[in-house]
Amino acid sequence: MGEVKGFLKYKRQDVGHRPVQERIRDFEELDLPLTADQLHQQAARCMDCGIPFCHGVGCPLKNCIPDFNELVYKNRWQQACQLLHSTNNFPEITARVCPAPCETACTLSVSDEPVLIRHIEFQIVERGFEQGWIKPQPPAGKTGKRVAIIGSGPAGLAAAQQLARAGHETVVFEKDEKIGGLLRYGIPDFKLGKYIIDRRLKQLSAEGVQFQTGVEVGQDISTRYLRKMFDCVCLAMGAGQPRDLNIPGRGYENIVFAMEYLSLQNRLCSGEPVSESRLVTARNKVGIVIGGGDTGSDCVGTVRRQGAKQIYQLEILPKPPETRPPDTPWPTWPRIMRTSSSHEEGCERLWGVMTKKFSGVEVRVSQLECCRVEWIKKNNKWQVKELPGTDFILPADLVILALGFEHVVHDGLIKDLRLKLDDRDNIAVSNYQTSEPWVFAAGDTVRGASLVVHAINSGRGAAVAIDQWLKKGNK
Amino acid sequence: MLKVPSNRGLYESRREHDGCGIGAVVNISGHREHSIIKYGKQILLNLHHRGATGADETTGDGAGILLQIPHEFFFAESEKLGFSLPMPYQYGVGMVFGSKDAKLRQECDRILEEAIGHYGMEVLGWREVPVLNDCLGKIALVAEPSIRQVFVDGRGLQDEALERCLYLARKRAERIVRENFGDKGEDFYVTSLSCRTICYKGMFMAWQLFAYYPDLADERINSAFAIVHQRYSTNTFPNWRLAQPFRCIAHNGEINTLSGNRNWMWARQTNMASGLFGDNIGDLFPILTPDMSDSACFDSTLELLVRTGRSMPHSIMMMIPEAFGPKYHISTDKRAFYEYHSSVMEPWDGPAAMVFTDGRFIGGILDRNGLRPCRYLVTTEGLAILASEAGVVEFPPEKIRRKGRLRPGHMFLVDTVEGRIITDNEIKSKVARQKPYRRWLEENRIELRGLFDAPKLVKSDLETIAHRMRAFGYTREELKMILTPMAVNGQEPIGSMGNDTPLAVLSDKQKLLFDYFKQLFAQVTNPAIDPLREGLVMSLMAFTGKKRNILDETPRHCRQLKLPHPVLTNEDIERLRTVSRDDFKVTTVSAVFKADSSDPADSLQRGLNSLVNDAENAIRDGASLIIISDRNTSRTMVPIPSLLATAAVHRGLLNRGLRGEVGLIVESGEPREVMHFCLLCGYGANAVNPYLAFEALYLLRQQGDLPERMEPAQIADNYIAAVKKGILKTISKMGISTLRSYTAAQLFEAIGLNRQLVDEYFTGTSSRIGGIGLKEIAFEAIARHKSAFQQRPAGALELDFGGEYHFRHEGERHLWNPTTVSRLQHAVIYDNAEAYADYAGAVNEQSRQLCTLRGLFEFTEGKPVPIDEVEPAGGIVKRFCTGAMSHGSISKEAHECLAIAMNRIGAMSNTGEGGEDPSRYNPETNGNSKNCAIKQVASGRFGVTINYLAHAKELQIKIAQGAKPGEGGQLPGHKVTDEIAKLRYATPGVTLISPPPHHDIYSIEDLAQLIYDLKCSNPGVKVSVKLVAEVGVGTIAAGVAKGNADEVLISGHDGGTGASPLSSIKHTGCPWELGLAETQQVLVMNRLRDRIRVQVDGQLKTGRDVVVAGLLGAEQFGFGTAALVAIGCTLLRKCHEGACPFGIGTQDPELRKRFTGKPEYVQRFMLFVAEEVRQIMAQLGFRKFEELVGRVDRLRTAKAIDHYKAKGLDFSAIFHQPDISDKSKLRLSQTQPNKLDDHLDWQILEKAAAAIEKKKKTVIEMPIRNVNRTVGTILSNSIVSKYGPQGLPDGTLEIVFRGSAGQSFGAFLAPGITLRLIGESNDYLGKGLSGGRIIVQTPDKSPFMAHENIIAGNTLLYGATGGEVFINGMAGERFAVRNSGATAVVEGLGDHGCEYMTGGMVVVLGQTGCNFAAGMSGGIAYVLDEAQLFDTLCNLDMVELQNVWRQEDKDLLYDLIQRHLKWTNSERAQHVLDAWPDMVGKFVKVVPIDYRKALERIRAAEQRDTETTPATEEVFQWAR
Repeated sequence: MGEVKGFLKYKRQDVGHRPVQERIRDFEELDLPLTADQLHQQAARCMDCGIPFCHGVGCPLKNCIPDFNELVYKNRWQQACQLLHSTNNFPEITARVCPAPCETACTLSVSDEPVLIRHIEFQIVERGFEQGWIKPQPPAGKTGKRVAIIGSGPAGLAAAQQLARAGHETVVFEKDEKIGGLLRYGIPDFKLGKYIIDRRLKQLSAEGVQFQTGVEVGQDISTRYLRKMFDCVCLAMGAGQPRDLNIPGRGYENIVFAMEYLSLQNRLCSGEPVSESRLVTARNKVGIVIGGGDTGSDCVGTVRRQGAKQIYQLEILPKPPETRPPDTPWPTWPRIMRTSSSHEEGCERLWGVMTKKFSGVEVRVSQLECCRVEWIKKNNKWQVKELPGTDFILPADLVILALGFEHVVHDGLIKDLRLKLDDRDNIAVSNYQTSEPWVFAAGDTVRGASLVVHAINSGRGAAVAIDQWLKKGNK
Repeated sequence: MLKVPSNRGLYESRREHDGCGIGAVVNISGHREHSIIKYGKQILLNLHHRGATGADETTGDGAGILLQIPHEFFFAESEKLGFSLPMPYQYGVGMVFGSKDAKLRQECDRILEEAIGHYGMEVLGWREVPVLNDCLGKIALVAEPSIRQVFVDGRGLQDEALERCLYLARKRAERIVRENFGDKGEDFYVTSLSCRTICYKGMFMAWQLFAYYPDLADERINSAFAIVHQRYSTNTFPNWRLAQPFRCIAHNGEINTLSGNRNWMWARQTNMASGLFGDNIGDLFPILTPDMSDSACFDSTLELLVRTGRSMPHSIMMMIPEAFGPKYHISTDKRAFYEYHSSVMEPWDGPAAMVFTDGRFIGGILDRNGLRPCRYLVTTEGLAILASEAGVVEFPPEKIRRKGRLRPGHMFLVDTVEGRIITDNEIKSKVARQKPYRRWLEENRIELRGLFDAPKLVKSDLETIAHRMRAFGYTREELKMILTPMAVNGQEPIGSMGNDTPLAVLSDKQKLLFDYFKQLFAQVTNPAIDPLREGLVMSLMAFTGKKRNILDETPRHCRQLKLPHPVLTNEDIERLRTVSRDDFKVTTVSAVFKADSSDPADSLQRGLNSLVNDAENAIRDGASLIIISDRNTSRTMVPIPSLLATAAVHRGLLNRGLRGEVGLIVESGEPREVMHFCLLCGYGANAVNPYLAFEALYLLRQQGDLPERMEPAQIADNYIAAVKKGILKTISKMGISTLRSYTAAQLFEAIGLNRQLVDEYFTGTSSRIGGIGLKEIAFEAIARHKSAFQQRPAGALELDFGGEYHFRHEGERHLWNPTTVSRLQHAVIYDNAEAYADYAGAVNEQSRQLCTLRGLFEFTEGKPVPIDEVEPAGGIVKRFCTGAMSHGSISKEAHECLAIAMNRIGAMSNTGEGGEDPSRYNPETNGNSKNCAIKQVASGRFGVTINYLAHAKELQIKIAQGAKPGEGGQLPGHKVTDEIAKLRYATPGVTLISPPPHHDIYSIEDLAQLIYDLKCSNPGVKVSVKLVAEVGVGTIAAGVAKGNADEVLISGHDGGTGASPLSSIKHTGCPWELGLAETQQVLVMNRLRDRIRVQVDGQLKTGRDVVVAGLLGAEQFGFGTAALVAIGCTLLRKCHEGACPFGIGTQDPELRKRFTGKPEYVQRFMLFVAEEVRQIMAQLGFRKFEELVGRVDRLRTAKAIDHYKAKGLDFSAIFHQPDISDKSKLRLSQTQPNKLDDHLDWQILEKAAAAIEKKKKTVIEMPIRNVNRTVGTILSNSIVSKYGPQGLPDGTLEIVFRGSAGQSFGAFLAPGITLRLIGESNDYLGKGLSGGRIIVQTPDKSPFMAHENIIAGNTLLYGATGGEVFINGMAGERFAVRNSGATAVVEGLGDHGCEYMTGGMVVVLGQTGCNFAAGMSGGIAYVLDEAQLFDTLCNLDMVELQNVWRQEDKDLLYDLIQRHLKWTNSERAQHVLDAWPDMVGKFVKVVPIDYRKALERIRAAEQRDTETTPATEEVFQWAR
């Protein structure tokens, strides 16, 4: 463990950010890492609990958090790096984008502030790259089995890496021009610089993972081809069907889905060609983001960087409390008020607000008609109810719908393969295996839209299931 | 004759124990007279309270008397019977118990007669011994044998030669009867057959012995000596033959190492030869039979040694050697004698006071620890009396020439032929020089040059080390939590919060064979030893190699390898291997088996067979030392689990009669933690080389896991030191002092191994629920081996984490895990029944998935009753208690929170071992009460004052605690805050030590005495005794019930703790399911269950747990960890660091502020559990809880256990219901008899009414005898009840006694009382003294020098908190042990004076024994050191010695001595004061180092006049 009573001696010190005025002028990352001494103190706060809730309930990957904290405390970075990678394929990504349920589950968070786990992870993996400790781990021998992975988001890549290391010939199919899926196109550069993905992909390539980009399976190649060329397939194309807001006026221009909007900016940042017609920018506009989640927050940051003159973010749920409420007791993920770096950059957040109608001038949206709502529990279900007389209007030049995702896109592959779906319209699986035995699935396609860390975990799990299935001689 | 029941259910007859009182009286001149028998009778009657009675209160456990043969009497009797006896010593008399079945008896008689004839002697005739059996108790009566005497003509043989033949004849007859009749022949028993002595004994209480045998009253019976014995057995089963004395001895105590001694005696038979016996020696075998008790085995072995030519003292010195470690100043010849004999025979270790005789010599001896009392006196008329207590025979003071006590390891001997007392020194120097032992040793013993040099850390092949570590099951957690701390600190690692992982047999993980064993430990019947503070008696030294004929002694006997300890480094073993001497050959045998086999069990079996054959062949080739090695492990060869390999070779050689031919050394990659070494030694290894552990340490160093400054040699050294300390601790838990007698003693219990396996390799080990066999062991070994040589998954680390100690996702399952902890907290914080249901469901479900034994139980269906007819939850919770957690181990806030909660619901909380703030005795204005209903009395006796005792509903004697049975505790200085120090009567910042044993409980009769003391301290209080489950706990519980306790608490092995060595948490004791079921069965079998309540605790978590425990026999239930979780604990397992962020396991004020627990949480938890209990009761059809107690018939094994290991388990022994046809009750239904009625204090109270009511100055005079025990305690209770802890004003009441006071004189004496004793006192004087004054004065008329004579017994002032004592004479061992406030002046004392003292003041005006001030962390002692040798006797680990030069010291000392003079009229005091200027310079002041620094700081702080900084804070800084 770190230091006995280290948590009494040292306070939690959060990671700093570049000044707002500076950072909103670019799309560069905004964290300012702690110094070595500062980090040492933060690691000293970990108590190496008999039951590490961070590891036991917090982290879906079951990262061995107390153990790497200790190694960092002892300045044994290389071993920490090795340990971290034993459970997590892409710690450099989770260290940037994970909301860190480990920290809210940290025992210290009950009566103090949790250990700075995510940033410790960040520093371990960054040092690993810097020192060249993160090397390809190609398999000792090949099995001769071939696996196709559909989709190159975190789930697909994790599965691909694990399978390649187990000696299977692994091919990743990606419909976009570049590998990375949501990581590349869904997360703004200021949260995850894209060089991070490229850096990791080099390792995957060296371990034997093959990438086929710009190929949409089901259109560009058939499922029959897959069946013929591969021993099995792992579907990992995410939960791409965005949730829509079907209210009057939805047809106006300048009402876009968050993913479209964010990916556009990401392409711009990386210099990918974007057709003039699809270009949407918030420059000098009033931008409204509907949806109060993480994606919404990413949109806010992007809108800010594009130079909006005013930003609103609407959320239909009531404003969460500042401290942990009884319905999400420790160590669960608490429903509390969270302020992201994007919020710090300036945005008006409205809670308990429902958008009833878009109206516009000609084809473009110009305002939202909204009202306040309250939530009532009826038959054990929460129902939303308008509060009479609270109608109001917001001006709007650009509306971004960040309402989450419904499920995997059904058209195409799923239908072609006639896969069974579960009651939430995701792909139904049993130990990652779909109703079609040679087809496995991982990530959001199975779980619905969720955290990157779940996707990686799912990809790893699928890889184990596939490996076992293949070892049994199945095809 | 009725017999001790054979093993049934969980009961094992060999777990029986006994304790006792012994005595001997001898006419030193050898003159025979009848009065000696009368004295014997008096002794016995006055030791009555040390014995016990059975369930019927009239059957004693046994009593007897051993005499010289009264020739005149027998001559006359034989004349009457028509035959004539030859001259004395030319004929033998046998006392023969026979069957009531005449035919069987006749056949046995015939066999005996034939045996006598076989040896050329002749039976002259038989005499029916007249008996009067109407005095007998019911149970004794059913078992009564026929008793006859046989008279044997020596036919020319006489004395020693005749004695030898009689011995042979008896052994021959016993052997043939056993062979012919088996168990049926058990009734045939020859109590004695000798030409010198005769023994009358039986199943009596003391007085019955004399009523039963009219012979003993016959004036014609005379003898120069008598040995008497009164037995206290843990059972109530009839057994006449276990009564003592035996043929040579009477024993008070317990031989802990019996199973090892038995094994070695068996091994020795092979090469046993004696010129005196020639071919007849076969008649003696087996020397020991399985039905013999420990004392009987000792007696038989002693008899063998004596009959084959060694003298009695010589034989005794072999079997009970005194400690001869480097700290003892003894002659080199004596040291050589003991060392030589340690190559011949291992000690018979354990608490023992022994009186022995061969007909001419009569003597007594104490074990090396002096754990049993033995006092003697010599009269002016030439009579010597030796007994467990002083004052058993009363003489006028002027007739007493000398008084004394036996000292540890010392012998008292009377030669009735020479007519004198021979001193210990004289006997021993004579024996030690009768042969040139020293030269023999120097010339023969092998001490390899370079062996045990400073170890180097061997390099290791790091490429392959991971393979090997996996092959032997290493985990990352072990490296981090076990090996690293051992290497860094040289200590075993510490952990907290108990164990919640499955037993090995229930685990899905591949466990090492080691994990299927649990250490046994001493409780009640013998004490654990403190291996740190009393380390001087301990030894790891041993000789190994070929053992030779024990009946002979030659220089070759010690031609063996001397090992100072059993851990060999990798270099040592190489060096050993290369040693080649003609007469000392070392051979390596390989312990591996083939991996690629279709039948793993067969493959393992073949491996084992060839291993044992190889060992045998090696011996035939002349090997003296065999190395059992698994170095040949490879891709194709799997290591045989080292324990199995060792046990197989040991057992195999034993069976082939070859074990004595070689030493066994284990070279294995498997052992690494302390438990492993203990097991290997315990099953036969003489030394162990843990080669992979050393390599792993090398790896850790390379990786940077160990501090850089540490040299390799230091790492290895530390590791070895940690193992050594660990072994010492483990053997001391069992009360064993030397590794020599621990080796092969098998002091373990197996859990989860099948009978066949155990019988084959671990013969004699208890394994009560069956389990796995060779097949599963082979499977586990191969699986481990396979994973070792297999490719690891991508990115995986080389080793798994493990998760045995800390929860990890991929690791071992834990009952406390993120789900259970968080759901329980949610339930109690938000009063959420659903969350509780989740919690209970998760726990019960996990249990079912093989975390606990109870998880595999199922309820049998019953007729459900509506739930509203079931007793309300409010009633059920009254059966609940919280665990004994001291304020000290947990914070004030947490402690009080629990107390308030439990008081609110009418349940009981427990103080734990740490006293209690008296302000908590008064209820608060809001109605809350913080007074704990249960107050604990543990070995540290912290804060145990008369006031504390008086405010309890229940007093709990903690014999052991689940997490670390057999161990003491230590509260480090930095945890002793102002507050804690106040409660514990200690100094802030000074470390507090709880000794491993209660120093007033070394045996079962001592426990009965403490129970008596506590009942006196608070008449009407219930006394509970806390035991920990292990095999045999049931018999101990029966002893506890007979000792008059009202409740027995059976703790599971897995209970939580503030701090305990990990090896204790994991490997000691057994689950409560076993302990509880055994307790219930044995209590019911003994018809004792209805008078004692049974409580259980140990990881109880849910209502289901409670119901299972209830059905197994429990009536009360303790919750420790679960209650803590309810108030916020999340099992950080960091209590030992004091860093609890929830303010529970800490005293840090900052952290305590974080405590957020509320009494409501605990209340809710208890109520939730009770509700769950109700639901199950409804389902099962019980309306009242008491209806389900003991209804084990409502439990059965869960169906369909398909776990590969667990499916072999067999719970029928747990579910065994003893025969209750005779209406023995299954639960508490009556109270224990009140034994306080005849207490002397009732008379005193009458006479002292005026003093008590009106505080009138009163002086009372009365006589006192040794049977008047615990005098002054009831009196103190009534005073404190009336006036509170301050009692009466000093000098109000003085009581003057004349005579010999019984044990615990003035225990817990309250202020204002002065007890003046003119005479002498026994053990435990001033126990827990709470402010009163005790004076012991030598009578004026005594002719001896007061300061040279023993006037008080052992263990005085134990746990005293205040008051003063003046003793005009010498006291025994452990004077002022754990004193924390009393002032004492004494004129001399025995060993271990002022041990564990934390406060108060002691002045010694004379000699002290050795090990003075061991563990003394507070208080001050002044010792008059005239010989200037005190520093050699003092244990300087924690104290320093100063001169008395400060004026204030001088004044203080002078004043104390002056008061001593005033109170006792001491000549010694007068002498010192008269020559004060000369004498003062001879005093040495003993000051604990911690304490001195604390005092200096406190003084400095006072002088600084600061209001802001409490002095204690500074002490912490330093103490850290």
